Amino acid sequence: MLRSLDAFCDRLSQSAVSQAIQTTEWVIPAVQTVHILAVAAVVSSILLVNLRFIGVRARNQPIATVMARYLPIVWYGLPILLATGTTLIIAEPSRSLQNPVFILKMALVLLAAGVTLAYQIPLKRDDRFWDCSSSRRRLARLIACLSMPLWAAIVFAGRWIAYVQSH
Amino acid sequence: MIDSLLQSLQDTSVASAIREGDSLFPWIECVHVLALTLVIGSIAMVDLRLLGLRSRDRGLVETTAEVLPITWTAFVFALISGGLMFSSNAVAYAHNTFFQAKMALLVFAGLNMLGYHLVVGRNASSWHTGASTPLKARLVGGTSLVLWIAIAACGRWIGFTINAPT
Repeated sequence: MLRSLDAFCDRLSQSAVSQAIQTTEWVIPAVQTVHILAVAAVVSSILLVNLRFIGVRARNQPIATVMARYLPIVWYGLPILLATGTTLIIAEPSRSLQNPVFILKMALVLLAAGVTLAYQIPLKRDDRFWDCSSSRRRLARLIACLSMPLWAAIVFAGRWIAYVQSH
Repeated sequence: MIDSLLQSLQDTSVASAIREGDSLFPWIECVHVLALTLVIGSIAMVDLRLLGLRSRDRGLVETTAEVLPITWTAFVFALISGGLMFSSNAVAYAHNTFFQAKMALLVFAGLNMLGYHLVVGRNASSWHTGASTPLKARLVGGTSLVLWIAIAACGRWIGFTINAPT
């Protein structure tokens, strides 16, 4: 399994697309810049939603309104992150695919996407789902307190990929 | 003269520790990246409101009251973490073209914001729900957005053009 991943990374890095990216100096920093800008949009939107859940920002607005304002930005950002992230993988496959920090980052991303859906789905049926009782509000606060460190960890892991040696 | 000042900055014990430690620099860089994503993401919300592209159901004043405290808090973290990274290799950063460009762009972004507060923003409280923003406001918002995107790009390019501290 590990050996076939090795072979896959090798083959991918020898491919024409990968070679083209590797030999054009500006592509990787440019793609990383777009990636970071998309991270900025996603992380800031998530933070604003979570701060509303905790009750420190936009308290005069219903939770559903705040989520309708910011969560679409998260879901627009995700495909941009996937596209730019995939480009970076194609450019240097073993830097990420064989890097434990990259695997950790992907696991955290799945978890964070799950947490975001857990916020969003109940609102589809009932606009006031998170506002209607104090136990719901407490649960929302708890999820927010999990979500914020999770996203911070994703950003941290993203930067650490550059510093941890792949196998 | 400036170089010798920068040299003494990078000879301080804090700068040396960041330069010589195995993981201090990456951890500081993590804080810097998280802080800058929040600075740029939050200020973009204001810029897009100025452009009339987002949060149109809401006045500008409410948008800035919600978002700008995050911008400033994150900016302080970005400034401190950026200053620490700079200190670890001060001479080389100061001579790096992208670092110089980034600092100049940050000054422009500051001036743009100042201009907004002094000239454009006076009637901001009268821009009620749904009202389209005046041309001056849209210019300020667009300029800010472009400047911050360029700042992020310069920041990333510094990492590719500076020699790793030795």
